Amino acid sequence: MSYERALRKPHGNGSAAPKPDRRQRRIRDWAPRMSVPDARLPQVNVSRDSRPASAAPPGAPPMPTPSLRVGAPPSVSWGRLTELRGPGVRPRSLDARALAALAANPGCRRRALLDGAGIDKGALAQALGSPAAYGQSQFAIVRGNAFEARVKGDGGTELLRLLHERLAPGTPPPEPETVATPDLSAAGPEGRAARTALALREATAAGGWALLDHPMLAVEVAGSPAYVEPDAVVVHPDGSWTVVEIKSFPMIDGSADAAKVGAAARQAAVYVLALEPVAGHVGAHTGRAVQVRDRVLLVCPKDFSNLPTAAAVDVRKQLATTRRQLARLTRVEEIAATLPAETTFDLRLTDDGTATRPPEELAKAVETVDAAYAPECLAACELAFHCRKRSRQDGAVEALGRGVRGELGGLGTIEEVLAAAGPEGASGLGAADPDDPAVVALRRAAALRAEALAGTAVPPQRTKEAGCR
Amino acid sequence: MSLIETLARIEAAAAGRARPRCTVRHRHLSERPLVFVPLTTAGEAGAPLGALVGTDREKPALLAVPQPRDRDLRFAFLAELAETVLPYVDGFADAIEWEERKETDPETGKKVPVQVELCADAPQLIVPSAAGIEYVRLLGRSMRFRRTAEQEPEAPFPAPPHVPLLGRWLTHFGERARVPGAGLLLSMTGLLTRHWASGQSVLEDQHLGALLAWIDPPPGLSGREAAERAESARDAAGQLLCPPAGPATDPAFDNRLLAPAMARYDAGLPGAEDELRTLVEGQLRPTWDAVWQGIDLLRALPVGARVADRWKRDRWSYTAHRDRVRAGEPPQPKQDDAVTAAQKLSARESAQAQLDAQEALDDPLVMAGRRLAGEAFQGTVTDVEMAMSEGRRPMPRPLVTLRTADHPHLAEGAKLYRPLADGRTQPGEFVAHAAEEPGVLVVRLTGGMGRGKTPEPGSVPEPADVVCWTLFEHAPRGGPELPDPEDIPWTHGGPPPAPGDPPHAAPDPVTAEDFL
Repeated sequence: MSYERALRKPHGNGSAAPKPDRRQRRIRDWAPRMSVPDARLPQVNVSRDSRPASAAPPGAPPMPTPSLRVGAPPSVSWGRLTELRGPGVRPRSLDARALAALAANPGCRRRALLDGAGIDKGALAQALGSPAAYGQSQFAIVRGNAFEARVKGDGGTELLRLLHERLAPGTPPPEPETVATPDLSAAGPEGRAARTALALREATAAGGWALLDHPMLAVEVAGSPAYVEPDAVVVHPDGSWTVVEIKSFPMIDGSADAAKVGAAARQAAVYVLALEPVAGHVGAHTGRAVQVRDRVLLVCPKDFSNLPTAAAVDVRKQLATTRRQLARLTRVEEIAATLPAETTFDLRLTDDGTATRPPEELAKAVETVDAAYAPECLAACELAFHCRKRSRQDGAVEALGRGVRGELGGLGTIEEVLAAAGPEGASGLGAADPDDPAVVALRRAAALRAEALAGTAVPPQRTKEAGCR
Repeated sequence: MSLIETLARIEAAAAGRARPRCTVRHRHLSERPLVFVPLTTAGEAGAPLGALVGTDREKPALLAVPQPRDRDLRFAFLAELAETVLPYVDGFADAIEWEERKETDPETGKKVPVQVELCADAPQLIVPSAAGIEYVRLLGRSMRFRRTAEQEPEAPFPAPPHVPLLGRWLTHFGERARVPGAGLLLSMTGLLTRHWASGQSVLEDQHLGALLAWIDPPPGLSGREAAERAESARDAAGQLLCPPAGPATDPAFDNRLLAPAMARYDAGLPGAEDELRTLVEGQLRPTWDAVWQGIDLLRALPVGARVADRWKRDRWSYTAHRDRVRAGEPPQPKQDDAVTAAQKLSARESAQAQLDAQEALDDPLVMAGRRLAGEAFQGTVTDVEMAMSEGRRPMPRPLVTLRTADHPHLAEGAKLYRPLADGRTQPGEFVAHAAEEPGVLVVRLTGGMGRGKTPEPGSVPEPADVVCWTLFEHAPRGGPELPDPEDIPWTHGGPPPAPGDPPHAAPDPVTAEDFL
């Protein structure tokens, strides 16, 4: 069945119908607006020094970041990555959303390198002249913040009630006054990560309910560390941990937009993944069997109100996918080693934050790493417009969709396809192998299409000659 | 995407202009459609920001909510929307035709013909994109359970009159839009992508401006350049030249223009409301014009022969809902019960099969795709050999030999169908491939030749005729029949309650969380 028909075909309770919606939304504003974590960014930036460089006031004094790299594998040549970023440029840390996007396209070395080296892709795209239309409406931010505050208000009573109802029915409900809410503030992301690990250990050893608000977790991505921050993690009395995702898209009549739930589940899978090593340490330390639950709690506004409701989301599939894709990511230093020695992505920012590096020079530097562009990138990567431009210039068929390549066998460019689809011998290129099944099918498709458009029936002559099988 | 569609996209990318996917129009376009371009407030569910709505392209009605968080203003918007949309929807209710339908007589249990009303035409709503269809559903859901002051004088925050009714209609349109080939509620991007292949991906096609740029680029620009401009070109103030088709707005518009204007409105500054209306209209108007441009493009295509047949089903759907509303039935439930869901699913599946068959029969380009997929073949008759069936009453079963370049996936005895000039379908079956000659095969006609011992004239092809056989049925029936009400299994809720029994579940109440 063709893709288009698959979309039109009803599946159950309209599971096919929301798909175009998701595409539409992504294409339209590039930035999914449902995310509370995204909405929270500006507020969170204040107390964090590892946030995107772009969030810092332009021209802020460069800060050395040796502390960020504590615990990183020694094999990574940090000097080289600093060179790639440019002298004095603070690295941009990966968040769970970026990680999920990276895991969705593990073949993209460009993204792996730029993200791994902490380069601000948004600024890079701007300097290249193909800025991404990322951004979020302040209305969504306000609403997201208000909703999250409401969910977590009152010591998390409402949140724990929902969690108990959805994930631990039949056990004694948490008493609001017995729920521990440890303070997780510390200096720097690694300080906060260490604080989080300690709090988790204490809470697990205590054997009661605990709510960790915005804990900080470390994940290793392509050999470099990234810090991610779930909305909340709850420790159950039995020693298991649950990741809580708070989103501001509505759950209407018990169901929410499938695409948005999917994005939330992929993000939550990154958090579960990041919690697992901590759970291993805590288990070894406390002697308790610590388990990170693979069902996360998704909290959304109910219907058209801003009262919270929740659903348990099974993320085992996303977890397996993310784990596999992250393992596949080529290590950043391997990619960095293949670059010409003088390559750098330094924008040479002036004090007011404008890039002075010539775009052609930058484009050349970007070209030294291969990208794996697919239209899905448009919703997930700041550099997508640039990659799309290049992909279209090269006439790559992937620019028309990821699935297109599969039907075309070895034909990778539009030129090749059209040459192969042309009548035998007329192409002059001789590149199209007439015995290649993809070429045979293409030629047949082109003949049928031309015939239908010309409004004529098959001329008897063609019948003889085109008996290609 | 099938190979033939991929090829069309590749041709379009190389040519810099969209290429046709169809030779005829496969959807009904009303003479007087109601175009509805809604905008929503970011982050809020069901808080409309504004809309352009109307049947006259020159004079759309502008509805705007200066402060979407204000319930009264939202209600005023919905009341105004109801005043605009409901007269249009109701305008088709009274022009009726009589149709004969077989119904089971409750006393005798026999099927007897009855005369029923069928509306002569039906309303058609056109929204810019698939997200617009979802938004119509959402608006319908947010309104249909509301109670007006008349219905419930005691309840706080009564909805303005007609708002619940509009909710029921929008829900019906939204539900109907999920039936393949239905035309009560259509999205312009859906219509355009059905008929043209652009030189970009399916995802990018969801941007109405970009899609139109490929199909009908402005002079001097290639489709690709125009599409890139439509997607991302911004003016000096950082605003998109081609605002998104909604219902979501551009974050830059929200942050730089809308939010300050709303703050001025909240501060009670004079002229702030007019300023907001102008802003909202500025975002809506380009999309409004784009939808009408799309309608013009589609109207230029000749209509497919079987489109009227599908539109008649839409008219039935409209008539049935009109009757439900008139009979005072409660609004559509929040969730369908298992039986209704099974019925809907099966109806959509058969509508899909029917749509696929009808589009192929109406359009040689669609048929070309089916031929490439091995689901149909076309060829020239080289020989017709008369034969008779064995049995008590021999009937003509002529054997037709034809030469084709197609490669149908045929098994011996496979059923084949051929459209006749009068619209009927002639059945046949595959006999064999001719030995030693590729592309030659023999088909036995098994019907459609009249009742006599000699076939009716014109019912058997003659040598040198070009004929097209399909492996798929032309009027596919749905799957197996659903069980009778008393045989409904417990998985689907069991048999319906008898008149004396308590109902299975209470109808959906309006809950405290349900406020708009």
